Amino acid sequence: MLNAERKRTILLLIPIVLVLVGYVLYPSIETLIESFKKNGAFSLQNYGDFFGSKAASNLEALWNSVYISLLSVFFSALIGIPLAYIFNRYDFPGRQFFSNIAIMPIVLPSLVGVMAFMFLYGEAGLVPNALKDLFHLSEVPFSIGGISGILLVHAYTMYPYFYMTTSSALNNIDPSLEEAAYNLGSSRLSVFWKVTFPLLTPGLVAASLLVFMVSMASFSAPYLLAGGFRVLSLQIYFSKTNGDLDMAATQSVILSVVSIAFLLFMRWFQNRKDYRMASKGIGAHRSEVSNPLLKWSMVSLGIIAMIVLLLPHVTLLVLSLVPEGAWTWQTYPQAFSFENFRLLFEDTNIWDPVRNSLIMAAIACGGVFVFGIITSYALVKRTFIGKNLLDILVMIPWALPATVVGMNLILAFNEPSAFSFGKVLVGTFWILPLAYFVRFIPLVVRSTNAVLEQMDDSIEEAAQNLGAKWFYTFRRVVLPYIMPGVLSGSLLAFVQAVGEFPTSVLLYTLGNRPISIEIMNQLRMFNLGQAAAYGMIQVGLIAIVLFVSYKFFGVKSENTL
Amino acid sequence: MSTVNLSTITKRFGNVTAVKELDLKIKEGEFFTFLGPSGCGKTTTLRMIAGFYYPTEGKVKFNEKDMTTVPPEKRNTGMVFQNYALFPHMTVYENVAFGLKVRKTDKKETRSRVEDVLNKVRLGQYIDRQVSQLSGGQQQRVALARALVIEPDILLLDEPLSNLDARLRDEMRNEILRLQREYGITTIYVTHDQVEALTMSDRIAVFNFGECQQVGTPSEIYNKPVNDFVAAFIGETNLFSIKPDKEEEGTAVFQSADFDKSIYVDHTEENIASYAEGEELVMSIRPEAVRILKDSVDGNNVFKGKVSLVQFTGASVHTYIEMENGAQIRATDLNHGPSTYLKEGTSVSFQLPQNQIRVIPKAGE
Ligand SMILES: Nc1ncnc2c1ncn2[C@@H]1O[C@H](COP(=O)(O)OP(=O)(O)OP(=O)(O)O)[C@@H](O)[C@H]1O
Ligand SMILES: [Mg+2]
Repeated sequence: MLNAERKRTILLLIPIVLVLVGYVLYPSIETLIESFKKNGAFSLQNYGDFFGSKAASNLEALWNSVYISLLSVFFSALIGIPLAYIFNRYDFPGRQFFSNIAIMPIVLPSLVGVMAFMFLYGEAGLVPNALKDLFHLSEVPFSIGGISGILLVHAYTMYPYFYMTTSSALNNIDPSLEEAAYNLGSSRLSVFWKVTFPLLTPGLVAASLLVFMVSMASFSAPYLLAGGFRVLSLQIYFSKTNGDLDMAATQSVILSVVSIAFLLFMRWFQNRKDYRMASKGIGAHRSEVSNPLLKWSMVSLGIIAMIVLLLPHVTLLVLSLVPEGAWTWQTYPQAFSFENFRLLFEDTNIWDPVRNSLIMAAIACGGVFVFGIITSYALVKRTFIGKNLLDILVMIPWALPATVVGMNLILAFNEPSAFSFGKVLVGTFWILPLAYFVRFIPLVVRSTNAVLEQMDDSIEEAAQNLGAKWFYTFRRVVLPYIMPGVLSGSLLAFVQAVGEFPTSVLLYTLGNRPISIEIMNQLRMFNLGQAAAYGMIQVGLIAIVLFVSYKFFGVKSENTL
Repeated sequence: MSTVNLSTITKRFGNVTAVKELDLKIKEGEFFTFLGPSGCGKTTTLRMIAGFYYPTEGKVKFNEKDMTTVPPEKRNTGMVFQNYALFPHMTVYENVAFGLKVRKTDKKETRSRVEDVLNKVRLGQYIDRQVSQLSGGQQQRVALARALVIEPDILLLDEPLSNLDARLRDEMRNEILRLQREYGITTIYVTHDQVEALTMSDRIAVFNFGECQQVGTPSEIYNKPVNDFVAAFIGETNLFSIKPDKEEEGTAVFQSADFDKSIYVDHTEENIASYAEGEELVMSIRPEAVRILKDSVDGNNVFKGKVSLVQFTGASVHTYIEMENGAQIRATDLNHGPSTYLKEGTSVSFQLPQNQIRVIPKAGE
């Protein structure tokens, strides 16, 4: 159309493309190239090794990853769907409260969550040992570890995906649809199977795919709980620590292929026509439970669920009060104090990781804040050739497991390149903020897109019509409009970066070790209290951010995932 | 204030031609309306004047100054969008002051001008409200104030009343007219509501399929449509295909398959539109011009039929009459009480006054 418009679009696209190519595409390609190299020459040897009999462990790990992920989907759905149905369709005392508690697992960063589960249900955990003492058993009655541990943690941390999609789908179903079916003579059960369930399917499929991808990428749970059990994301880490970069690259490529295949499948599925309808004035309708027996069993179910769900948080809080040396070989902690928190501010060794995490997360957060605004604006409000491609490029870091993102960066920046200004980044401070930045691009872009798509084009045109130039319009009209979305996305990126473990463990140096690495160190030294105190800092930060986002930007925590 | 001059403007989107070879001259201070069915290119034309689209061919001029490729922010037009496009994160004051701020008007003057215009649209006491807390009609007035306060050369309104209920719409029509007269701004108004167009406009342009069919005053458009599209689109009418037969001292005679006798029409410019040789012709007679006769009289254009339906609409009564060969005609009369309603099935005569018939060519397509 007009040259000035086109010039502006191109000016916007230049930095976006540079960053995406430099820090997303180029590292992925480096990994791909590396996977085809053996001793510096091109070969298919790595893939031969992966699938061949020589390294059966790789194939086993792939298989384990897939099968754990499938089971995770199954168990998450098994918990999430009925819980959502009960809490959204029946009214009983405390319903609102229980349904708020139901999404509490999302405030636990994965490493901290796993740690809490270990404290609770591990071999030396509080619950098995309490049972042992209570019933005077000679052995702990059960403990988690290996597959069962991973699955339990996955089900706990991932069922909210099902819970939230089912809840929102249920609330969006026009009650008159179900009423129409009753009116036509259907029974309760057949209404559920014939009307409600089909309307829920699109959301459920999306949640299943999401949980599958997240479990494939899961790192913290297997890292702490797997024992001898192999999964692919962990194998990458082992290959890297053994110095076998070629194999790590190959494993990364294979894990990426699986994940990206799922991402594409998900996009395809979501773009398919679904049967959601826009009907006006829908309100969730809940049947009041009048049968007292049923009512009180629902309340008790709510209470039990609440205890189970909050136990990890409570454990973390309690253990963070256990000073060093007060819980090593003993069954129960011996003393409580604020020692761990005091040390945070007095011992620089203890404070350093917190400072590192905050600084690095802040840098990454600033980066995604600016980059997210520009990218989202270009994607939503500008037309240009190759937009779809750009969109996919933006979403790649989301589809790639964190371990793979870490490997990509290692392989790209362990030698000087134009994108690192001719420096080797691996082993420096900057590699970690960069990794966090790459990891959380999609999060900010998505949350900004959501707001920007709501903004009618005519708003910008109105400003122009009143005589405002493009930049003035952008600054005074567009920016203030999208700020809630950008800020909540960036804040969430910030707290997730503070808790980020998989990329940290691949890329940290002694100088910039973040909180999650220090948690591992403290666990290794059996200083469980200090580890829990670090965990509490992360939980506290997340809780504050979610609260602020909700209170001041009106963003529901559900929408930010 | 300025004139707007569109010369042979064409706008294509891919292979869709939204506006085709449009020629328009809008005078200074005029209230000019674009009228036409959905998708006929009204918004597209308006957006070319505002500068959001650039014509594929042709020129846009304000006061003889070529504006064809001038960006929107340099045109000094004030636009009221169909959805108002108020800035949701700003108060009423901030919304209205936006254009003045861009123009670097000093603070004191901005304040007084904003207050002034808000009083004019009767929103003085809402100055510090958030725009989301206003009713639809109030939001529309803020949009209007925001466009007016910059003292635009041209005011552009794209269906600004379509979201309002009937009462409020009536009120707002008067409000807009009052303000337009007060400021004397050249105004272009887009609507597909014909009553709105007829009551408000100095002149109207009727569009169909991206082509301007006719430009004229409301009375010209209604009484002297240039083709059957305009005749049928504006107001109600009866249309019949006719063929020229002969001329008799000041009267043209036509034949129609729908009528058993010849039709006589005064041969004046009022009654017979210009048409080319061989064009298909149509005659249009407004229902209020059809005269139902109590007693059978002799004379030109008197026909017989049976009443097939009587519709009572309040102020007026529609009577549908079916002729022997099946053609139907509608007559509308003011309501004179139940005793005057005809019974269905009654045989009646009716006359088509020969100075009220309009002979027009069929529109292309
Ligand atoms: N940006 C666009 N891209 C492609 N086609 C367009 C675009 N804008 C308008 N059109 C097409 O141009 C034609 C005219 O559209 P326009 O919006 O001007 O109609 P309108 O007269 O304003 O209709 P309405 O009364 O429904 O608002 C339509 O066929 C429309 O589909
Ligand atoms: Mg329109």
